[in-house]
Amino acid sequence: MIAPKKIAKLAVAALITIALLILLQSLLMPKYMTEILEGALISEYYREENKDHDVIFIGDCEVYENFSPVTLWQEYGITSFIRGSAQQLIWHSYYLLEETLKYEKPKVVVFNVLSMKYDRPQKEAYNRMALDGMPLSVTKLKSIKASMMDDEKFITYIFPILRYHSRWSELTAEDFKYLFKKDRVTHNGYLMRVDVKPLTTIPTERKLANYRFSDICYEYLDKMTELCKKNGIELVLIKAPTIYPHWYDEWDKQMEDYAEENNLLYINFLKYTDEIGIDYQTDTYDAGLHLNLSGAEKLSRYFGKIIQEEFNLPDRRNDEKLSRIWAAKADLYVQEMEKQYAELEELGYLKAFNSRRNDE
Amino acid sequence: MLFTSYNFILFLLSLFIIYYIIPKKYQWMLLLAASFFFYSFSGWDNVAYITVTIIATYFAALKIGQLHLQQESYLKENKGSLSKEEKKAYKEKVKSSQKKYLLICLFFDLGILAVLKYTNFVISNINSISRIFNAGEISFLDIALPMGISFYTFQSVGYLVDVYRGKYLPEKNIGKFALFVSFFPQLVQGPISRFDDLGHQLYSGHGFDFRNVSFGMQRIIWGFFKKLVIADRILPAVKTITQNPDTYQGIYVLVGMVFYAVQLYADFTGGIDITIGIAEVLGIKLKENFERPFFSKSTAEYWRRWHITMGTWFRDYVFYPVSVSNAMLKVSKFSREKLGEKTGKRVPVYLSTIIVWFATGIWHGASWNFIVWGLLNCLVIIVSQELEPFYAWFHNRFNVRGKFIFKLFQVGRTFLLMSAIRILDCYRNVPVTFRMYWSVFTKWNINELFNGALLKLGLDKADYFVLVFGIIIMIAVSLAQRSGSIREKLSARPEIVRYAAYVGLFISIIVFGAYGIGYDSNQFIYNQF
Amino acid sequence: MEALLRILEDLHPEVDFATNKSLIDDKILDSFDIITLIAEISDEYDVKIPVEEIVPENFNSAEALYKLIQKLQDED
Repeated sequence: MIAPKKIAKLAVAALITIALLILLQSLLMPKYMTEILEGALISEYYREENKDHDVIFIGDCEVYENFSPVTLWQEYGITSFIRGSAQQLIWHSYYLLEETLKYEKPKVVVFNVLSMKYDRPQKEAYNRMALDGMPLSVTKLKSIKASMMDDEKFITYIFPILRYHSRWSELTAEDFKYLFKKDRVTHNGYLMRVDVKPLTTIPTERKLANYRFSDICYEYLDKMTELCKKNGIELVLIKAPTIYPHWYDEWDKQMEDYAEENNLLYINFLKYTDEIGIDYQTDTYDAGLHLNLSGAEKLSRYFGKIIQEEFNLPDRRNDEKLSRIWAAKADLYVQEMEKQYAELEELGYLKAFNSRRNDE
Repeated sequence: MLFTSYNFILFLLSLFIIYYIIPKKYQWMLLLAASFFFYSFSGWDNVAYITVTIIATYFAALKIGQLHLQQESYLKENKGSLSKEEKKAYKEKVKSSQKKYLLICLFFDLGILAVLKYTNFVISNINSISRIFNAGEISFLDIALPMGISFYTFQSVGYLVDVYRGKYLPEKNIGKFALFVSFFPQLVQGPISRFDDLGHQLYSGHGFDFRNVSFGMQRIIWGFFKKLVIADRILPAVKTITQNPDTYQGIYVLVGMVFYAVQLYADFTGGIDITIGIAEVLGIKLKENFERPFFSKSTAEYWRRWHITMGTWFRDYVFYPVSVSNAMLKVSKFSREKLGEKTGKRVPVYLSTIIVWFATGIWHGASWNFIVWGLLNCLVIIVSQELEPFYAWFHNRFNVRGKFIFKLFQVGRTFLLMSAIRILDCYRNVPVTFRMYWSVFTKWNINELFNGALLKLGLDKADYFVLVFGIIIMIAVSLAQRSGSIREKLSARPEIVRYAAYVGLFISIIVFGAYGIGYDSNQFIYNQF
Repeated sequence: MEALLRILEDLHPEVDFATNKSLIDDKILDSFDIITLIAEISDEYDVKIPVEEIVPENFNSAEALYKLIQKLQDED
């Protein structure tokens, strides 16, 4: 057979090789620090030291661009985190929730129901942004299996170097700078945008052949409802007040019915834009698809009151430890705001979100 | 299963582990199961085809072998009592009986290959003719060619003919025989093995030998390197040029020839490295299929160094039988009488050569471009033979034989010639190919090499960088190989050098391999629509 | 044997067929030579060399080839 000394040498060689590959993998994976920040969203939760949140938001851009946890804290003493990602699909959301519950038990979970309209995987890139940030776990494996498109390979999720290796010819300084450590790009999951692009025209809606949400989406919604009930968590279904994609009445009705059948709170914010005080000339950065900072703060003020009353969420601003933590968060929040305003002043646009502008 | 797929790698690793855990006497059974498992990925109907060939060949060979043994014992028993004529008559009777079984089985095995592979080709030609007479067309058959059928059929036929020729006795165990035919590493693209060489290796158990496993793994990794880093990377450029002949002419044709030479070499020899490496890990030595073919100084030499086992198969089972057949001997006699000794004696040789190259061409593919490819190779070989007197005069006049610069010329000439003929594979259409050849002389666009047009073929600067680097490595390895095995030399070096080489190669494949979806950051920019 | 040597020398005048014992191993005779030889031998000695006998052992030297011819003549 082989001599023990040889086995030891082989083992050392194998370990060094694995270490090299891990290093290369970190180098080759996109960092999402200076552009395409949406890719960094999922992984920020794990670096949060104080995982003690009254409210967890899950869903797509309609959660991470429309709610501000800092505002919820400052106005109501509610702690929250937004676990959103670009075009997060309902199975992503479900498994993300399942995973989050391994770290903490919030009192309320808020889910944006736009993703009920997507009954199948949409785009490989969005799958990646939703999944790559999760550490390896059984839940992640389940989520991968549920999300994979036909031409995706499972093993490339376990070893992302197999997916991103071709970036070797496109490495930038950013890849080396953030090799071991990442910066914070969100504020408890909120991706700040201070720029403004007013709403001009509302695109006419197309008639659909079939309005009923698919079985698979209802399945996952049921699972979410079940999971929350089992853990004594209040599930709130919302529809963010965004103009596009169009939220059909038929869809709204289905969600109303579902909420009623399952004894859940469902709020379609599109119906309350006046009360919320949303002005689509000043409160959106992309002509009505998403709210900007001012819109998000308005929505948070409105929503925070509702859930605090509805679910008796305590005002925790008297907690010393939390106050310190959130004061620090608020500082960073203000700093970011000022930085973005300054950039807007200088360039007329935000670099991180418009890096392709000059290439066109 | 493709060699370069995650599934195959998983399959290999599992196989290697199980192979060395189970008792040696079961190893051949494991290989048989693995081979059929591998083959089943290409479809159960394919499995049916290969099984049928296995069964037919097994029984025919068994019968022929029986007759050999009967003949032996009969002659031994009646050693004294038979006259020479009686012995000869008896032997001829047995032979003709054996021939019956041979021919029936050949007809069956080759028939399956012929029908599956060439029916649509024949139909398309019939249609071309009937179109001239407006006589309606036959519709094509919807057949898919079973994976490796050209290879396993030839391997079975070789075995059958060897048994007929009395080279060895047939294999009695149908499972073992099935393994010989279906042995998975060589199923896809060879090498084509001979039973007396491969059989006993497959059936005897193999204990774990660190050197075999290590050398085999190295060879597998080298094969993956050539396929993934070089062949798959340059393929898009080859396709761009050869699938758009109206756009890419003149200098592009030469570029296409060279690129295709690189692509085919890296892909084919890489695949064979993986094949031979797998067998080596299992303790089995397959015959080499390539021997630094691009260092050949003549076309004849090239065909002794490229796809070697195919060449020797055609030589032993087509060329020799045809050229020493009674029919050919008659032709030989006739032509020597009519055309004189010197010319006449070349006729049977050339005729046999043409037949072999026609067969080689059509074996490669069921279309005219392959037949023309085969005949062009044949033409070059015959012309070089005829030019022998000229070469002799040339070397007498100019003392260049053996000089380095002349050898370089010979290598370059052979490389260009072979690359030019080989491009028929890509254009797939004979008139188009000849138009492209013509455009090399008539279309002057050599400036395209320098104005960045090469970056519009599907490869960017980084790709070219990797390709150049990879090609240099391949050439360096080939040059070093002339004086002995690379793996041997490497194993004599200090450990840190070996580690750097093996791991460097492995990591290069992972980072620089042309596989996967590829990163296009535009896909990641989040748009709602 | 002289007839055989004559045939061989005709093919490759530069080779000493009387002494060389590695005609195949040293690639002096190629497959074209072999079939030309077989045709001429068939003419000269009236024996047909069957394909089974086209092995290196029989063609590596003039002697071996002559032995083969004699063996085949015997069987006739």
